[in-house]
Amino acid sequence: MERVLMKGNEALAEAAIRAGCKCFFAYPITPQTEVAAYLAKNMKKRDITFLQAESEIAAVNMVLGASSAGVRTMTSSSSPGISLKSEGVSYLAGSDLPAVIVNVQRGGPGLGSIQPSQSDYWQATKALGHGDFQLIVFAPASVQETVDMTLRAFEEADRYRMPVMILTDGFLGQMMEPVSFSDETPVIEEKEWAANGHKNGRKHNIINSLFLQPDELEYSVNERYKRYDIIKEKIHEAEVYKCDDAEIVLAAYGTTARVAKSAVNQARELGIKAGLFRPKTLWPFPAAELKEACKNAKTVLSVEMSQGQMVEDLRLALDCRIPVEFYGRHGGNIPSPDEVLEQIKKISERSL
Amino acid sequence: MLTETIICGFGGQGVLFTGKLLAYAALYQGKELSWMPSYGPEMRGGTCNCSVCLSDEPIGSPLVNTPDVLIAMNEPSFDKFESTVKPGGIIFADSSIIGKKSVRDDVTCFYIPSTELAKENNLTGMANIIILGKVIRECSDRLLGINYDMIVSAFEKIIPPKKAALVEKNVNAFKIGYDYK
Repeated sequence: MERVLMKGNEALAEAAIRAGCKCFFAYPITPQTEVAAYLAKNMKKRDITFLQAESEIAAVNMVLGASSAGVRTMTSSSSPGISLKSEGVSYLAGSDLPAVIVNVQRGGPGLGSIQPSQSDYWQATKALGHGDFQLIVFAPASVQETVDMTLRAFEEADRYRMPVMILTDGFLGQMMEPVSFSDETPVIEEKEWAANGHKNGRKHNIINSLFLQPDELEYSVNERYKRYDIIKEKIHEAEVYKCDDAEIVLAAYGTTARVAKSAVNQARELGIKAGLFRPKTLWPFPAAELKEACKNAKTVLSVEMSQGQMVEDLRLALDCRIPVEFYGRHGGNIPSPDEVLEQIKKISERSL
Repeated sequence: MLTETIICGFGGQGVLFTGKLLAYAALYQGKELSWMPSYGPEMRGGTCNCSVCLSDEPIGSPLVNTPDVLIAMNEPSFDKFESTVKPGGIIFADSSIIGKKSVRDDVTCFYIPSTELAKENNLTGMANIIILGKVIRECSDRLLGINYDMIVSAFEKIIPPKKAALVEKNVNAFKIGYDYK
């Protein structure tokens, strides 16, 4: 396969077209805008619909409409824009509709900054909107993985009839790396539940998230959670690097995992037994993989561009049996490998 | 081997494009690489930079804090990055715009009046390509062996056919820098 050089955001957009995404709705926001720009530029020759909505809220509700009609659809934004979309994401989940939501994270809270950040971990994994629901969350760490996970996201969204998030950040979105695309065309099955035109060929389908009878709503949520149980069994992925004998296991996803990996390599050169655990899915969280990676660990160090949001999931996954420490930079700052190495050294010296 | 380069200057000088040229040349040689622009509320006339990592192996952190090679196209950028260059590293500076010399004695410095050379040769706006010529002449080995021919073929590949006339201009500018003593 030919390698091309692309920005993460452009590669994501190209992957969405190849995944069969027919309708794309968005509102511009840095550092995500290249996704929309690429799709807008390509819409005529690739036979897709791109519509720049009047707001993020309008865009996500257009996604709800397109998904109801049975087509693959996506919206992308960056942190403040994702907050605006949260109502629509809850409606998508409540209506059992597939959709791909992209968050190219930037600093927060509020308007924050336009520089990269990872401070939407909680929002993505715990509560992107009101009500009992979850999103499958993929966290790529390279431009190639952004592409691969975009294709996956559309497939899993259709398979489980739910919104799926790709959680990336301004760094991965703006960075160019070599990437290659598979020429395979995905097989997209007809959606029998879709509320689309059928010339009176069948009973009409209804897409709805309102259940006024308590038992009906309880039933619909319970049914959804049965699906979540299946997803938890099937989707839990992580990269485990040099963890076999690691006494200090770094845990990081996305951009910071790249930094942490460099720090692990430097630590190994100094004779410190360090390793890296990188979750590729943030929900479901790959707990079994973490436990296995930490079988010889005395300390886990979470490295994030936030105030330490993944720390809680790490502790839960480890049943609080191994201390989880934290090092992070945020506000648009990215921790350097040297800074992370300093933390590894401190932990190592302390345990001597 | 991993080589980290920072290219910096004013917005509009082609700083990002210079980085892309290096990146494409490495891509076509089957190397691993990353290219990261400084993005932000930047505009023509403001400062601008990009980081390029070239390696034979997958790139870990694509973030460059301490470059092996610095290409500086204006004084504010020179001031900002001069002290970050690794000991033993190389600095290339556009001496038509940067009036000072490096205070470091643990790095090698090349001063090229690339903006003046561009003007003299009727290649205004191509100071970036001229300085890249000097870079490739002096440290091809550090840049994973990227050489004259590889950059020329990168021009041919990334300049779209309808702007083919620009290939010759770029190659001319590149040659002026490459041959500058």
